[in-house]
Amino acid sequence: MSDKNIDHIIELSNELRWQIGDDFHDTLTESIYADAADIVKDTVDDRQSKKRFRLDAKIDKIVTSKIFGFPIMFLILGVVLWITIIGANYPSSLLAELLLDKIHPALKSGAASINMPWWLDGFLIDGVYLAVAWVIAVMLPPMAIFFPLFTLLEDFGYLPRVAFNLDSLFKRSGAHGKQALTMSMGFGCNAAGVVATRIIDSPRERLIAIITNNFSLCNGRWPTQILIATIFIGAIAPKGMSSFVSLLAVIGIAVLGMAFMFGTSWALSKTVLKGEVSTFHLELPPYRPPRFWRTLYTSLIDRTIIVLWRAIVFAAPAGAVIWLISNIHISGDSIAAILIDSFNPFGYLLGLNGVILLAYIVAIPANEIVIPTILMLTVLVTGISAGNGAGVMFELDSMNATGDLLRAGGWTLLTAINLMLFSLLHNPCSTTIYTIYKETKSVKWTTVASIMPVILGFVVTFLVAQVWRILV
Amino acid sequence: MDPKIKSACETCEHFNANGLKRMGVQTDNVDFVVALAGNPNTGKSTVFNALTGLRQHTGNWPGKTVTRAEGGFEYNDQKYKLVDLPGTYSLLSTSDDEQAARDFILFGKPNVTVIVADANRLERNLNLVLQILEITDKAVLCLNLMDEAERNDISIDVRTLARDLGIPVVPTSARYNKGIPDLIQTISGIANGTIECKPHRIKNVPSNVESAVKKLAEKVKEAFPNIPNSRWIAFRLLEGDTQIINALKKGEFV
Repeated sequence: MSDKNIDHIIELSNELRWQIGDDFHDTLTESIYADAADIVKDTVDDRQSKKRFRLDAKIDKIVTSKIFGFPIMFLILGVVLWITIIGANYPSSLLAELLLDKIHPALKSGAASINMPWWLDGFLIDGVYLAVAWVIAVMLPPMAIFFPLFTLLEDFGYLPRVAFNLDSLFKRSGAHGKQALTMSMGFGCNAAGVVATRIIDSPRERLIAIITNNFSLCNGRWPTQILIATIFIGAIAPKGMSSFVSLLAVIGIAVLGMAFMFGTSWALSKTVLKGEVSTFHLELPPYRPPRFWRTLYTSLIDRTIIVLWRAIVFAAPAGAVIWLISNIHISGDSIAAILIDSFNPFGYLLGLNGVILLAYIVAIPANEIVIPTILMLTVLVTGISAGNGAGVMFELDSMNATGDLLRAGGWTLLTAINLMLFSLLHNPCSTTIYTIYKETKSVKWTTVASIMPVILGFVVTFLVAQVWRILV
Repeated sequence: MDPKIKSACETCEHFNANGLKRMGVQTDNVDFVVALAGNPNTGKSTVFNALTGLRQHTGNWPGKTVTRAEGGFEYNDQKYKLVDLPGTYSLLSTSDDEQAARDFILFGKPNVTVIVADANRLERNLNLVLQILEITDKAVLCLNLMDEAERNDISIDVRTLARDLGIPVVPTSARYNKGIPDLIQTISGIANGTIECKPHRIKNVPSNVESAVKKLAEKVKEAFPNIPNSRWIAFRLLEGDTQIINALKKGEFV
C-alpha cells in the first residue's frame, strides 16, 4: 500500500502548533488533571479515611529511616537465613536418607539382578542418579523455605523500601536505584535477576545491573556458604556461639557481594559505561498483608519447582561427567586425577586446591553441585574410603564427617574462607550466561559479565592467601 | 428436550460465570482480544490470573511485569485473548513501557480494553484512564482493591463514576476473586456490542487549544473517515509526535 498523502494535515498541525504556543503539553496534562479532580470530587468520599495511610507512613518512617533502615534490612535478611538454615537441616537429612541410603542401594541391587554391565550401572546409577538425588536432598529444603519467605516479603511490599534505602548508594556508584530490586531478585536466582533488569530504562544502567547481578549470592550458592561456614568457621567459635558465628560469616559474604556490586558498578560507570544517572520515581506501594497460603503455593510452583528442575536437568549430565572422568584412565591415572594434579599449583597460589578448581569447572552448569563434586573428588585423591568408590557422589551422614574428610584432603581455615570468597566471586552459571546473552544480544558484554567475576575471584583469593601465609 | 422458560438463575451473571473456561496460555483462534492496562501496582497481574486461571507471579512492587503476558479464557462459547500490558502512569511520554502499552492499544486494536485502577488512589489513576479513553471507546474500568478501599473507609459512587466516564465501572477485589464474574460479563457485553460506551473526552481544555484540536480532528476525519480516535490523533499531531505522523501516512489507524 502506498503512503497516503497527508501533507495538508501536517501543514495545518504545524500552523496550529504555532498559534497555540509551545506549552501545549503542559496545558493538556493540566486539563487531564483538572478533569480527574472534577470526577473524583463527585464520586469519591474519603473524609473518614487516612487512618491506614497513617499506619503505612509510620512503618515507612522506621524501615526507611537513616538510622534504622539498614539495621532492619540486615536483621530481616538474617532472620530469613536463620530460618532457612535451621529449618532445612531436618528435611535435608530425611531426604538424604531416603534417596541415598534406601533408594540408591535398591537401584544397585536391582541393576545387579538383571546383570547390567558395570559401566552402565556406574554411569546411570552412580553418576546420573546420585547427582540428581544429591541436588534434591541439598537444594529442595532450603529453597522450599527461602523462596516462600522471600515471596512473602515481596508481597508484603518490603522490596521497594529496600530499593529506597539503597538508592543513594546506587546513585553514588553511578547506577540506577532500581538495581536494588534486581539485586534482590538475584538473591533468589541470578538468571531471574538479569531478566528483572528490564525495569531499568536506560541501556547504560541496565547493562551495569546485568553485569553486576552475579554478586548477589544466588540460591545455588547459599547452601555452599552455609555448609562451609558451619564446618570451618563455626568450629573455631566457642560452643553455643558457633551457629551464630557461622550465620554472621554467611551474612558477611552476602554483604561483601553487595560491596563488590557497588564497587564494580562505580568502576564501570567511571570507565567503559560513562554517563548520567537517570532519575526515576519509585512508588512505595501500600503494605498488603500477603495471602499466606496462596503465596506459599505460588512460590512453590513458580520458583522452587522451576529452579529445582533446572538444577536437576544440569546435575544429571554433570554427574555423568564426574563418573566418566573418574573412571576413564589414561596410563594408569584417571582423567580427574591428572586434571587435579595439573591444577594444584595454581590452586595453591589462590589458597584453594586442584579439586576445588576442577569442581568449579564441572559445576559451571549449576552452582548447586559444587560441594558434592568437591567431596567426590577429594575421596578420589586422598583414597579415603568414605563413599562408595571412584566417581560416586555421596552425602556424608554428618557435618563432622564432611569436615573430617575435607581436612584429610588438606583443607585449612584458609581453604574454607577462600572457597566462600570464590563461591561469591566466580563466573555465573551457564543458564545465567545464556540469559545475559539473550538480554544484551552482545557477545562482548556477555564475555565481560562472565570473565570479570572470575578474575576478581582470582585476585581476591590470591591476596587473601598471601596475606594469610605471611601472618599465620 | 423441553423448551423451558429460563429461570432467574440462568440470566444471572453469576450463573453464567460457570460457563467460563479458563484456557491458560492457549490463545489460538480467538474471537476477541482484550487488553489489560493500568497504573503499576494496581493488581493487573492478579486480575489477569483471576481471568485466565494462570499463575503469573504477582509481587507488591511496581514494574514487576516486565514481559507482556498473554492468556485466554472462554465465556459463552466465545474465546478471548487477554494481554497484560506493562503498568504505566501515563501514555504521553516516550519511555519503552509506555510506548509498548500505547502501541498495543492503538495498533493491536483490542476489542475491549480493561483499565485496572486502584480504588484507593482513584484521582491519580484517572490520569491514565482519561488518556486511554481518548484513544479507544471500548473500555471498562476495573476498580480494583475495593477490599482495601473499604478498610480505608473510602467510598466510591460507582454509578456516578460510570456516568461521568461514560464506560462501565466494575468494582473488584481480584485477590479474593470478588467482582470477576461481573467483569467477565461486562467484557463480553462490550465485545459483542450489547454495552455501548460513550467515553469521557478531556474537557478542561482552554478554548484556543480546543478550537485548534477541533479543526485538526475534522481534517483527520476527512482523510480517514473510519478512524475512531481522530481527536487524540489531533492532540498527538499538535505535539509533533513523529511516530504518529508516520503511522498516519501508512494508514495504520484504519
